[in-house]
Amino acid sequence: MSHTVGGANPVALSWRQYRLERRMFWRNPSAAFFNFALPLLFLVAGGAILSGRPHDLHLLVPAIAGMAVMSTTFTALAYNIVFLRERGVLKRIRGTPLPTGAYFGGVAANALTNTALQIAIVTVAGRVFFGIGWPRDWLELFVFVLAGVVCFAALGVAFAHTIPNFESTAAYVNAVFLPVVFVSFYVFDSKSAPAFLRNIAEALPLKPLIDGLYAAMVTGTGIGEHVSALVVIALWGAFGIVFAVRGFSWEQRRS
Amino acid sequence: MSAAIEVHALCKRYGDFEALRGIDLSVHSGEVFGLLGPNGAGKTTTVEILEGYRDRSDGEVSVLGHDPARRELELRRRIGIVLQSAGIYGHLSAREALNHWASFYPRPRDPEEVLALVGLAERGDLSARKLSGGQLRRLDFALALIGDPELIFLDEPTTGFDPEARRAAWETIRSLKALGKTILLTTHYLDEAQALADRVAIVKDGRVLAIGPPRELGAGAADYRVAYRDADGALVEQQTDDPTRTLHELTEAALARGERLEELSVGRPSLEDVYLELTADADDPATLDTTDPAEPARESATRAGRR
Repeated sequence: MSHTVGGANPVALSWRQYRLERRMFWRNPSAAFFNFALPLLFLVAGGAILSGRPHDLHLLVPAIAGMAVMSTTFTALAYNIVFLRERGVLKRIRGTPLPTGAYFGGVAANALTNTALQIAIVTVAGRVFFGIGWPRDWLELFVFVLAGVVCFAALGVAFAHTIPNFESTAAYVNAVFLPVVFVSFYVFDSKSAPAFLRNIAEALPLKPLIDGLYAAMVTGTGIGEHVSALVVIALWGAFGIVFAVRGFSWEQRRS
Repeated sequence: MSAAIEVHALCKRYGDFEALRGIDLSVHSGEVFGLLGPNGAGKTTTVEILEGYRDRSDGEVSVLGHDPARRELELRRRIGIVLQSAGIYGHLSAREALNHWASFYPRPRDPEEVLALVGLAERGDLSARKLSGGQLRRLDFALALIGDPELIFLDEPTTGFDPEARRAAWETIRSLKALGKTILLTTHYLDEAQALADRVAIVKDGRVLAIGPPRELGAGAADYRVAYRDADGALVEQQTDDPTRTLHELTEAALARGERLEELSVGRPSLEDVYLELTADADDPATLDTTDPAEPARESATRAGRR
């Protein structure tokens, strides 16, 4: 990588890209809605169904937090990358001296900010509406959220490569997002889930993430008890990073 | 004059398909160079290799002394690219986009100045979603110029423009040349190449068929053409490399017969003649659109009929 010339310091460029992404995020009402209103709706709906069952309410908050991590990274990045790729914005950026790392640094920081905001919203809502205490282990919460963000962000970028055009993005993303969420929620909640479903859920990254968040937010059992969950997330993350980088396309898919 | 771009024996293969079959050209510093050819000739492939978007299969390429395939930041700081089509963030205004793009470059131009140059000063705060196609194309120009590049790539910059917008774009390109910029332009409009380019390369099927200043291009190939109407009113055209002798013989014979040679003319082949001759393709006669770009061919035909 070339050394700094003029104002083109990669860290400063990354910061500028981040600020631009934030500005554009707030100007796009549907993105803002899906990122902030949706988890709250899930929380309210789930809270209404489970009202009077405090144990289940304790499960609900980390489950929604886990889903929020996935939607702000996997879903949002798959959408964004396909949109920017098919519209030719990525190709235009590729022709400028903006370093690739600075660009993706800004994009990733933007996703991380959305995740952090959602975790904060869900945590506060859990305390205000469901009487759940503040997270027991902040470090553990931080570690699992960060691991989840890296893992699902990489998987989102990698998954974007399989999506041929912007029109089919919703179908592709939901075909992954919804089953993963349902299986993970079901297995997380039910002690009587069939073994094969349990195995599937444990092998996917969302259920281990929710386990970790549950420990951090509710029970307070430390990271040491949840190393295997972190390993599963890390393996998916490594898989995601390899395919995110290897298959990356800056240009429209030619049909 | 030093060369801004040197291309030697450039080849590009996609599987079995040979998109470029040995392109040779050099673009001098400070000139406007036109790549002219029908759709699918290899113009965009050539330009995208020079811009660093594609790898070449074979051959030598040098852009401002760099190999574009290495994608060095140093090179991208010195070039500006107008792609054939590229989107921009819909939720940003032209002014915001230019200010952001300016931060990529070590010595950018003033965004306000660039907005004015491309004629977007009054639309600078409108979000890009609300700009018309022509205004977005001007924003493409502005974003390519913001870094104050030495070398500018324009891939079919005026396709889809109305005549007025084309003239405005041509003026912008001339003003860039006046600033000493080097410009590589692809187009399938002959009048555009004729109006703007110092030199032109005619490309077809991945090969350079002819190269030189637009006025001189035909000189070697088709020589002179002598035309007149004979006694029956039919148009006769002769090709010759010695027009003096041909004219002398024709007029002598005509005088002896007591005829006038109506509509007698001597001409050099125009860029259009050279182009059509070189790119003629038996099974695809309509590869070139010589009509006004803003008008569908049908319409200009009916107009000509009305005149």
